[in-house]
Amino acid sequence: MSDDLYTQLLDLACGAFLLAAVMVLWRRELAAIVRVFALQGVALAAIAVLLGAHEERWDMVGVGIGIGVLRAGVLPHLMRRALAALTEDRRGYGDGGAESRETQPLVNVAASLLTAALLTLLAYAVARPLTELNPTPATRALPVGLAVVLIGFFVLVTRRRALAQVVGFLLLDNGITATAFLATSGVPLIVELGVSFDVLLAVLVLQVLTARVREAFGTTDIDDLRELHD
Amino acid sequence: MSAVGYTSVAGQVLVVGGGAPLLTGWMRQIRARLEGRAGAGVLQPWRDLRKLLRKEPITPVGTGPAFRAAPALLVATTVVAAALVPLLSTDTPVRGHADLVLVVALIALGTMALALAGLDTGTAFGGMGASREMTVAALVEPTILLSVFALSIPAGTTNIPAIVSGAVHEPARLTSPAGLLATAALAVAVLAETGRIPVDNPSTHLELTMIHEAMVLEYAGPDLALVELGAQMRLTLLLGLLSSLFVPWGIATSASWTALAVALVLLAAKLCLLGAVLAAAEVFWAKVRLFRVPELIAGSFLLALLAVTASYFLSGAS
Repeated sequence: MSDDLYTQLLDLACGAFLLAAVMVLWRRELAAIVRVFALQGVALAAIAVLLGAHEERWDMVGVGIGIGVLRAGVLPHLMRRALAALTEDRRGYGDGGAESRETQPLVNVAASLLTAALLTLLAYAVARPLTELNPTPATRALPVGLAVVLIGFFVLVTRRRALAQVVGFLLLDNGITATAFLATSGVPLIVELGVSFDVLLAVLVLQVLTARVREAFGTTDIDDLRELHD
Repeated sequence: MSAVGYTSVAGQVLVVGGGAPLLTGWMRQIRARLEGRAGAGVLQPWRDLRKLLRKEPITPVGTGPAFRAAPALLVATTVVAAALVPLLSTDTPVRGHADLVLVVALIALGTMALALAGLDTGTAFGGMGASREMTVAALVEPTILLSVFALSIPAGTTNIPAIVSGAVHEPARLTSPAGLLATAALAVAVLAETGRIPVDNPSTHLELTMIHEAMVLEYAGPDLALVELGAQMRLTLLLGLLSSLFVPWGIATSASWTALAVALVLLAAKLCLLGAVLAAAEVFWAKVRLFRVPELIAGSFLLALLAVTASYFLSGAS
């Protein structure tokens, strides 16, 4: 693969990665958010595979494919199941829509899009000294990973539905993984495996927790969890 | 050189001025066919304009110079912008003045003149339309500026002919993520600026939702003809700008008659294609609620900002 094509493809994958994070902020339907998250998993896998193919480290290509399967296949599938379980028994009452939409985020969509713009600029400003250490195409894309981390935090803080918060947590993790790949050309296989299983377990636990929250309160709106109960 | 150059400037103004009603008619015709109607024909906007021009000029009582000057100002700013933007050729005598900021300012001046005219009538609808138009315009202008800045960073200048000729010689600039993001952002901004369907519906006069039509409700006769022609010309100009920036192939970069003729044919083809795509899309889209419009435009502003950051940081400018 020529250097020029590699740079182009890497930039394209990083652009899609960041764009997916922004789309999560833009969309209201939880089903659409999960779809966008799956696309982001594909972009992340593409970044890892491209880096691996460029440096001819085939274990990294394998890690990339594994990440793709986990983040574009398994995790979105789990979230879709959780979403179906949430909306299923409410459909009879005609308010299944309330559970499947992020109706009232704490910060409205237009403002959160502008905040995402500011966070991206912040990420670029912070990553500047890191990029200057060794300006290759991969390190130049480093701010993209940081921006996705920040946007993930923002989603975690401002969204009310439990499932949207799970997506925020996963965005955060996607961002950390992308930063690791771009900055260090990939972490050892064993570390990546550990992180991936950790994330998978976290999502499984959160899925159970979400179901319990809904059983107890009839909704997954986090705002109802302010008081302690016996 | 100068004969070809001046011809191309005149050609641009003529294409935008004479072609704008045809483009509108073409889009209406496509829309009608897709909706299963026969349609009024491509020439109908020209017939409407002729009918309106023959009527007696009439202005409401109590309106001042802002109301009277606005239609002429709208058309005049659009004509100047059409002469500046490289639609047919990048090698024109006025290319030194064709700065991005100037073109956006000219477009904004036309918008502002119309909004002032809407306020000048003193009617409820005029004021409401003007305030809505300004809300949209305040968000759209920075988006247009930013999305073209994303393309001007690799070119190193905000001169539009220089950006376009640079893109003709280096197509990789357009397929980069920055170019794609900027395309999407500018497309949304153009839809909002020209009052097309996700933002405003040009074919209804429903008082709760109209933006552009509310401002021009008091116009009649030749003034209305000018306002409509101005709106159509702006649509043509902005679609032409979009096609010059993102599909620049075929635009004459040197002073030769054959290149100019090829550019003319290709420009007409690109405009027809863009218009057809837009008309077909409008059939399937619904107008978004007025309070969702800032969301849409904030999204496209963000895309433009990401395009600028991507083209500045990713593509090795540092």
